[in-house]
Amino acid sequence: MIRSDRIFGLVVIVVALGYILSAMQIQASFLSDPVGSKTFPILIGAVAALCGLVMVLRPDPEPDWPGIGSFIAIGISVVVLVAYAYSLKPMGFLIPTAIAAGILSYQISPRPVFAALSGIGLSVGLFLLFKYALDLGLVPFPKSWTA
Amino acid sequence: MDILANLATGFSVLTWFTLSLAVIGCFLGTIIGALPGLGPSNGVAILIPVTFSIGLDATAALVLMTSVYYGAMYGGRISSILLNIPGDEPALMTTLDGYPMAKQGRAGDALVISGVASFVGALLATIGLMLLAPLLARVAYLFGPAEYFALYLLAFSTLGGIASNNQAKAALASCIGLGIAMIGLDNTTGMPRLTFGNLHLMDGVDFLVAIVGLFAVAEVFFFIESHGKGSSIGVKLEKVTVPVKDILKSGWTMLRASLVGFIAGILPGAGASLGSFLAYMSEKSIAGPTGGFGTGVPRGVAAPEAGNNAAAGGALVPMLTLGVPGSGTTAVLLALLMTLNITPGPTLFTDRPDVVWGLMASLLIANFVLLAMNVPMVKIFVRVLQVPPAVLLPGVCMVSFVGIFSLSGSYFDLLLMVGFGIMGYVLRKLDVPTVPIILGILLGNHMEDALRRGMVLSDGDWTYLFSSPISVGLWIAAVAGFVAPMFLRRILRKPQAITD
Repeated sequence: MIRSDRIFGLVVIVVALGYILSAMQIQASFLSDPVGSKTFPILIGAVAALCGLVMVLRPDPEPDWPGIGSFIAIGISVVVLVAYAYSLKPMGFLIPTAIAAGILSYQISPRPVFAALSGIGLSVGLFLLFKYALDLGLVPFPKSWTA
Repeated sequence: MDILANLATGFSVLTWFTLSLAVIGCFLGTIIGALPGLGPSNGVAILIPVTFSIGLDATAALVLMTSVYYGAMYGGRISSILLNIPGDEPALMTTLDGYPMAKQGRAGDALVISGVASFVGALLATIGLMLLAPLLARVAYLFGPAEYFALYLLAFSTLGGIASNNQAKAALASCIGLGIAMIGLDNTTGMPRLTFGNLHLMDGVDFLVAIVGLFAVAEVFFFIESHGKGSSIGVKLEKVTVPVKDILKSGWTMLRASLVGFIAGILPGAGASLGSFLAYMSEKSIAGPTGGFGTGVPRGVAAPEAGNNAAAGGALVPMLTLGVPGSGTTAVLLALLMTLNITPGPTLFTDRPDVVWGLMASLLIANFVLLAMNVPMVKIFVRVLQVPPAVLLPGVCMVSFVGIFSLSGSYFDLLLMVGFGIMGYVLRKLDVPTVPIILGILLGNHMEDALRRGMVLSDGDWTYLFSSPISVGLWIAAVAGFVAPMFLRRILRKPQAITD
């Protein structure tokens, strides 16, 4: 069986080599010093590649990966968080936060009514806290609604 | 008396506003510490962006966050004792005698004794910090680029050595952090590096984004994986009285544990977990087989709590004087200082005495506030443990988003934060520690600068790095710190064997 550490070690080596290659492309400046802009990044890449190699050669025991269900739950949460990141600016705070918090809550404990309530509760509660107690400039709703 | 005069300066900086911030910080910190899954480092991490967004000045922000830090160290014991789940990593040792005591119906006693022990440890460490930090700052004046380069290396090797079971993975984590730090404008030449043509990356990767992603967002994924199991109140807390006899009997234990913890805290990278571990183990061997350690004895809760709170204070010594954090949480505090444009190091003591001594004065006050909160008012925090994770974790996530979003207003940083969250989850699954990554991002540019300035001074002669006794000593310590855990691992594994 292929161990996770071996795969990860290979990924590390490839990324490290890519990093070293891009570090070599760094343009030299007219303000030159004995070390220059390239040396330290290349050094880091080399050490990282070495660490990757150690992992390939001497992998640890397999970590305790979760079942497929947990992976799907985490995947859904990642999608939700990415969508949340994109929607905060155009959609205002309240609606995206309620939806995102509700879905996350559902992923942790699958009780639909409870999740919906905690989403709405968190959204309103945090808005009041941030807006009035901490005085952050949050926009509650999409700008087009109030304009 | 130099120190008293300095401390007077410190107290004069404090206003009613900063004092109320200290109280709020202590309160929030105790909650953060008590909640399983939220430790001092991720607690402080999610609060930093919020602190910035509301525009606190340097002293106020520092007072607030260090109060949270101390508070979290106090709070960690509450869930250790009541749930047998450490509220944070350093509180692990407290479960050994705390939970058995709670099962015997002495939960209240255990909470009070450990609260007093926390107070003794933290107070002594704060005094130790005031005595030792100025002295170390004077030594730090002797440090040139070569010494600093070796010192950074020492921090990486010791922190990594303790954080993981696999030295290659610990070293890799440091490299990831250092590699990320290189992205952005080159400090020396002002030219962009490794930005891959992405404009968002010109300023580099904001370490707050990385910290919040790696600590807070990754934690949410872990909770989703476990479906928030194991977080209901296990033991009932009846009346809380003060067991005077037990406290007096554990007096020496608290003093010795504080000393052990403080020293462990000063060592770069060792931090509070080692402090509580060493304190518990040394007290256990002093008590001998008749001491009953592990069956629920008061000294068994006093020792680790005095130890970890003392270590928390000790870890501030290298952070303030050298700019090298002694633990994960102090690494996060270092991020706070850097964002405030305060460069820790020996010059901090002469340039910004208001910040240093204001901080120390507020730590002293925070200790008394925390004693009050954690002994007579402990029931409030026990209530907090009943917040279900399905509300708590989404809340943590939303606070992280708002914090980062109000700071930068860019969705790119939010995406980057989610990316760091995924990375943190995968890396921790693979036993790659995440604290060295933070340290790498924080110190990367300083480390490179030290190297480049050193090479300019020596005209490119690499032997310059080993040219002074201090730097040679630091190199030896760094190599030893990296190699030693391979041999010591069997001893350090012990706490897990006990809890199993």
